[in-house]
Amino acid sequence: MSALQIKKGSSKHSAYNLRPTFSDVQETHTITVLVENEPGVLARVIGLFSGRGYNIDSLTVAEVDPEGHLSRITIVTTGTPQVIEQIKAQLGRIVPVHDVHDLTAEGSSVERELALMKVSGTGDKRVEALRLADIFRANVVDSTLSSFIFQLTGSPEKIDAFADLMRPLGLIQVARTGVAALSRGDT
Amino acid sequence: MTRQMTGAKMVVQALRDQGVDTVFGYPGGAVLPIYDEVFQQNDIRHILVRHEQGAIHAAEGYARATGKPGVALVTSGPGATNAVTGLTDALMDSIPIIVLSGQVPTFMIGSDAFQEADTVGITRPCTKHNWLVKDTEKLATTIHQAFHVATAGRPGPVLVDIPKDVQFASAAYTPKPKAPLGHYQPQVKGDMETITQLVEAIETAERPVFYTGGGVINSGPAASQLLRELVEATGVPITSTLMGLGAYPASGKNWLGMLGMHGLYEANLAMHGCDLMINIGARFDDRITGRLDAFSPKSKKAHIDIDPSSINKVIKTDYPIVGDVGHVLEDVLKVWKARGRKVNREGLAKWWRQIEEWRQKDCLSFKPSETTIKPQHALQRLEALTKGHDRYITTEVGQHQMWAAQYLGFEDPNRWMTSGGLGTMGYGFPASIGVQVAHPDSLVINVAGEASWLMNMQEMGTAVQFRLPVKQFILNNERLGMVRQWQQLLHGERYSHSWSEALPDFVKLAEAFGAKGIICKDPADLDDAIMEMIEHDGPVIFDCLVEKHENCFPMIPSGEPHNKMLLGDAKATDAIAGKGAVLV
Repeated sequence: MSALQIKKGSSKHSAYNLRPTFSDVQETHTITVLVENEPGVLARVIGLFSGRGYNIDSLTVAEVDPEGHLSRITIVTTGTPQVIEQIKAQLGRIVPVHDVHDLTAEGSSVERELALMKVSGTGDKRVEALRLADIFRANVVDSTLSSFIFQLTGSPEKIDAFADLMRPLGLIQVARTGVAALSRGDT
Repeated sequence: MTRQMTGAKMVVQALRDQGVDTVFGYPGGAVLPIYDEVFQQNDIRHILVRHEQGAIHAAEGYARATGKPGVALVTSGPGATNAVTGLTDALMDSIPIIVLSGQVPTFMIGSDAFQEADTVGITRPCTKHNWLVKDTEKLATTIHQAFHVATAGRPGPVLVDIPKDVQFASAAYTPKPKAPLGHYQPQVKGDMETITQLVEAIETAERPVFYTGGGVINSGPAASQLLRELVEATGVPITSTLMGLGAYPASGKNWLGMLGMHGLYEANLAMHGCDLMINIGARFDDRITGRLDAFSPKSKKAHIDIDPSSINKVIKTDYPIVGDVGHVLEDVLKVWKARGRKVNREGLAKWWRQIEEWRQKDCLSFKPSETTIKPQHALQRLEALTKGHDRYITTEVGQHQMWAAQYLGFEDPNRWMTSGGLGTMGYGFPASIGVQVAHPDSLVINVAGEASWLMNMQEMGTAVQFRLPVKQFILNNERLGMVRQWQQLLHGERYSHSWSEALPDFVKLAEAFGAKGIICKDPADLDDAIMEMIEHDGPVIFDCLVEKHENCFPMIPSGEPHNKMLLGDAKATDAIAGKGAVLV
């Protein structure tokens, strides 16, 4: 009696992608999570994403309420609508998580990121870098005769655009904080 | 008036305050102060296991059989890492257990000290929550919180890691709070609007089916009672997952039997053909759904679950209800009664006629034999001879587990303990010990396969030491039966490493531990042998030599929908093809 023919490359298939009822459009969402600032809480959140195979595009975390020992974690993630729903539900299960908000789904929000960019060069390139920095309202926070460090705040897209412009002008290092975000309005 | 005491004493005091009467554990360097306190009291009984994995499974068995959380105490390093399988098992099956682990003193954490392991790091993904207590003052509060987290909402395992210096140091004891503290208070009441919509759907459905799971049992005996009332009153057929057996009695008139990969034909076809599926405390596991794109294509689906992340995880739900099964069922019944107890009688009658037709298949029939014991026959006899007893069944994992689920009938909740989600071989024996500790006078039987049973056979020492008369009913086919079955169906009958070579003589093994051993290989002797096992007042290893190549049917091949069940060996070879081949 014959063995089964397993097609080459078929190992990609799992029970979970034999699933046509859910949309497979990829969406990017900004999710903000208020957590108790206790040891290991960030590891729990990151472990959830790696353990269940979700994406993290960016992640920021800092204590925001020292008295209540609360930290805000802002996560930008990409997935199908069903995966995004799962991410929110799974985050909600974590015991030290107080609440989870999907800023992308819940109306308009403000998203900001801070970047530091080191641009090395002399002559025309150096002048051009400074001129563009002015247009983007980037500040010079360190300078040598052959380099600048620019500090830039804005949406991730704005920072991407500035980095693209700096690259031919001698961009050698970038540090970005990831997105911090809040919903607009009084709630 | 606060009481000053050492951390070690606090542990014992907190357990006492939480109503704990039994702890399963194994001592070691980092928990010696706690063991010293355990020695000096009589309120809490300590059951010394022979391996930490055994302690966790025993605590699970205890928890499932009582509805109370189970408690285990292990040392640092290897003690904690040995607990990982049990913790994962409890997480998958939503079993409330509290594991207390010793840790090297706080000032040595991170120095790669002797028997140090990053226990909270290792157990973070396999617990509902865990804590490293670095300050004796916070120890009692943390333990109380651990009990709350383990039992509230969807139950699960928690771990409290306690460094040795924290056990030695003294601080004020914090008593158990009157109401649980903290923000962790899961929602138990379901949304009334959705519940009303569900009731409307029940009133008109032509082909409804209840699909229930372990959540009904976790919710408590009241939930099972409400479920029975609802099922009887509406006349709707009911099937259950492996984890949910006993919530509705197997002798009940609406019972279809277990569903899923090795579920009954009528149960799976009812799931496939229904127009309203009411999932109560189950999670659309892949053993249940089979192929997702062909899962119950014509039905509206309701899903009652206390865990919001279960809803819409794999199957889109039309009536999602987040809440405790007991509370929601109460509301469903209330609304349904208030609206005049309506059902679609005509539709239901037709639906039941269809189900009766499916039942005629007699999907659990098997070819009997007069010369060898068929495993199904062994379980039928076990069922017949133990039915009237105050009986608890545990199982290991494999063919015997599925046969036990098919051929044994469960009339009440908390009588059936098996490793469902994780499928942990070696679960059943220590679990049976935990059950027997909780119910010393009941008949506790572990239905096992010889390979699974050997994985935690060291617990014979525990059974004998504590005079726990657990019956180890081993269906010995000298094979890893389920692995062998899949190799036959999927891998061209190349039986790679799926036989049990060099098996012990189980009778001598039992005797070596000071227990009783029984061997049975002739169907004619089976009844007498089973009676001898039941009547013996002490632990028994029953070596039941069964047909070696029996396959477990019915079976939904992986990657296939419910209506593509295999009922017997005839069409079995080549059953799993294409995409299904890579699924487990």
